[in-house]
Amino acid sequence: MNSVLKLVAQRIALGLLLLLAVSILIFFGIEALPGDAAQAMLGQSATPEALANLRHQMGLDQPELPRYFHWLGGLLTGDLGKSLTNGEDIAAAIGNRLGNTLFLAFWAAIFAVPLAILLGLLAARHAGKWQDKLISGVTLATISLPEFVAGYLVMYFLAVYWRVFPSMAMIFPGMSLWTKLNTIALPVIVLVMVVLAHMMRMTRAAILNVMQSAYIETAELKGLGPLAVVWRHAFPNAIAPVVNVVMLNLAYLVVGVVVVEVVFVYPGMGQFLVDHVAKRDLPVVQACGMIFAAVYIGLNILADVISILANPRLRHPK
Amino acid sequence: MAETLLDIRNLRIEATAYPPGEPPRNLVLVDNVSVSVKKGRVLGLIGESGAGKSTIGLSAMAYGRGGVRLTGGEVRLNGRDIRLADAAGLRALRGREVTYVAQSAAAAFNPAKRLMEQVVETCLHHRLMSRAEAETRAVWLFGKLGLPNPETFGNRYPHQVSGGQLQRAMTAMALCPKPDLVIFDEPTTALDVTTQIDVLAAIKEAIRDTGVAALYITHDLAVVAQVADDILVLRGGKTVEYGATGQIISDPRAAYTRALVSVRSIEHQEKPDARPILSVDHVTARYPGTHFDVLKDVTVDVAPGQTLAIVGESGSGKSTLARAITGLLPATQGRIRFDGRELSPDLASRTRDDLRELQMIYQMADVAMNPRQTVGTIIGRPLEFYFGLKGEARDRRVQELLDQIEMGAGFAKRFPAELSGGQKQRVCIARALAAKPRLIICDEVTSALDPLVADGILKLLLALQAREGVAYLFITHDLATVKAIADKIAVMLKGAVVRYGRKSDVLSPPFDDYTDLLLSSVPEMKPGWLEQVLKHRRMESAGN
Repeated sequence: MNSVLKLVAQRIALGLLLLLAVSILIFFGIEALPGDAAQAMLGQSATPEALANLRHQMGLDQPELPRYFHWLGGLLTGDLGKSLTNGEDIAAAIGNRLGNTLFLAFWAAIFAVPLAILLGLLAARHAGKWQDKLISGVTLATISLPEFVAGYLVMYFLAVYWRVFPSMAMIFPGMSLWTKLNTIALPVIVLVMVVLAHMMRMTRAAILNVMQSAYIETAELKGLGPLAVVWRHAFPNAIAPVVNVVMLNLAYLVVGVVVVEVVFVYPGMGQFLVDHVAKRDLPVVQACGMIFAAVYIGLNILADVISILANPRLRHPK
Repeated sequence: MAETLLDIRNLRIEATAYPPGEPPRNLVLVDNVSVSVKKGRVLGLIGESGAGKSTIGLSAMAYGRGGVRLTGGEVRLNGRDIRLADAAGLRALRGREVTYVAQSAAAAFNPAKRLMEQVVETCLHHRLMSRAEAETRAVWLFGKLGLPNPETFGNRYPHQVSGGQLQRAMTAMALCPKPDLVIFDEPTTALDVTTQIDVLAAIKEAIRDTGVAALYITHDLAVVAQVADDILVLRGGKTVEYGATGQIISDPRAAYTRALVSVRSIEHQEKPDARPILSVDHVTARYPGTHFDVLKDVTVDVAPGQTLAIVGESGSGKSTLARAITGLLPATQGRIRFDGRELSPDLASRTRDDLRELQMIYQMADVAMNPRQTVGTIIGRPLEFYFGLKGEARDRRVQELLDQIEMGAGFAKRFPAELSGGQKQRVCIARALAAKPRLIICDEVTSALDPLVADGILKLLLALQAREGVAYLFITHDLATVKAIADKIAVMLKGAVVRYGRKSDVLSPPFDDYTDLLLSSVPEMKPGWLEQVLKHRRMESAGN
């Protein structure tokens, strides 16, 4: 058990180091971009004096290195700074948006992950037959459709033509859970379509790989039925590769939803980020970047840890 | 007269082969085989690889690997023809009436589940007993099969126990649901000789005490003679001979059976000692980044035109010694001298002549050849590399080498996939010879081959040695092979040489404990040998 703890601690330490490296990239990368908030607020016709004044007010004329450490210190204490454009506290503004994004990602994952694994198991069980080809064909078609096309397609059919769900996914505090779910149905459907194929294909491949093993023959010769063989003997050995892909897709559900949020006017992180990039509101963009990076790295660490725990050789050393 | 349990009549089994670039071909794997097993009796199925042993064994569960189909005849189990059973009917009989013990228990156990879970699974799935009853029976079987701490053994995962223990656990798994018939498919082939004897004894005792009938599949006649009541000798899917064990061993009627019984008939006269061509002098080695010596102070030598056999079990350091001599694993201490000059420990700093004079032949001829090159290219490569031979001169030399390994001109254009196992190994020998080496390291070169084919390879190696004067360092775990070809023998255990000398000295008493154990564990082709050895060992340990 000790060696497992050591491995897990190693993964977490590496993740933190990676996050620090990412913070350097995000801060200086975004600083290096041309233009700043003062320029964006005052427009092209601003006089150099007005620009210099505003920059001084916003603290943009300070050297970069001290500003980085000040920013990093703020991050560590939970203070993300103030928005340059409207002076709002970023942490409070993002908190609400992040909650909405996680809400959407959560419900997309609740449907997508079990569905993908189930379809993967079914496809593996009928490998090479029409069921397999149908499942692969449909999921590959949905992943091949760009998100905005898929978004407008489901909007056309489900919101305009059949009027099952609303086309705008505007949610706000005070809505009941049921109303909220009804409201986000369309973006959830699109997200499920986008992430399904990847996880399904990996489950199928991992299961088929395991099905070649001698212990699968042992299970068949015990008289177990095909589903029991797959579920009890193949699946436990296919967890590690599947978990890695599941986590990559969960991360995508959080950090890659910009297009879907914009299409459905959903008040999440993606839209928030796009708005503030347009306004050159660097502290907000930097904070969003850090949160996305943290989610991404965190989920990948989680995948690593689950893979380690799923391996009996690591869990129970000799 | 006991009741007939399994009655196979005129069985025919076919499969479809899909050779690349050719139309699919129908193969007859088993043709017109009839055999029967009575309750509580053991039938041995013996033959070379491809004889159809496993295929017939699995037919007793109406199971075909890959695209294998049972296309003719009857397989009557407990009075009914199971060829006619539907999928549900087959699932009902698999695991309940017939169970299976695979050759490699290490691969046949699910690595993600505890042993107990897997051992009792069949009982629970078929609702034969409650979990508590099944676990009690499993623990009893663990004890019966001589597993350590039977009470807690089942809590372990497959990777936590040794190969011999896993093979016993697999036997327990097969016996747990109280089947009528167990199919043992080469259950001891993958084990070391000293482990094999214990597992064999445990299986035999378990068969006797549970009264189960068994099909025992092996290529080793000496092993099957210990456990079987009757023996069916197979070749190419057809029956060669079928009779009681005693008759098959002492009075074989078919010529093929006689060849099997008298295999390893090679007589080899030990040659007198001479000035060595290779001296390994106090060599110690370890893998980089580890703190454990895998070779400990090894000193051996080989004279020109002679054979030094390195014997030991898996993990004893035999192949590591070969890696140290060839420079693949540089020795950390000691010297390696070849023909009077000292070889650099590291492969990279050896001269091309050093490389040429020391060649290797491997256990798996399959993977030691590029499947996309013809035999001519494979053998021709060292001719180009070491001697700069090209075109006609090269082809002529390839032809000479093919003649030396007793293969005809047509083989130069073939690909490895078009050769049999024995032919592949011959090509590897020709490739080694092409470099005109002074010493060839042979690493378990006959272990993957059937006994008769292996015999042919050994005879070829001896003939080549007599003609070319090449020395062999022959690594093997098989003592019969050692007796057949060695001039000197080194017995290795845990990275060290425990006994070393001329063959006649090493193989005659007084023995050290380990050599004695090793020698007495080699199965002999007479019924009752197993009991004799075990009785002898019990008496000895009681005497101590």
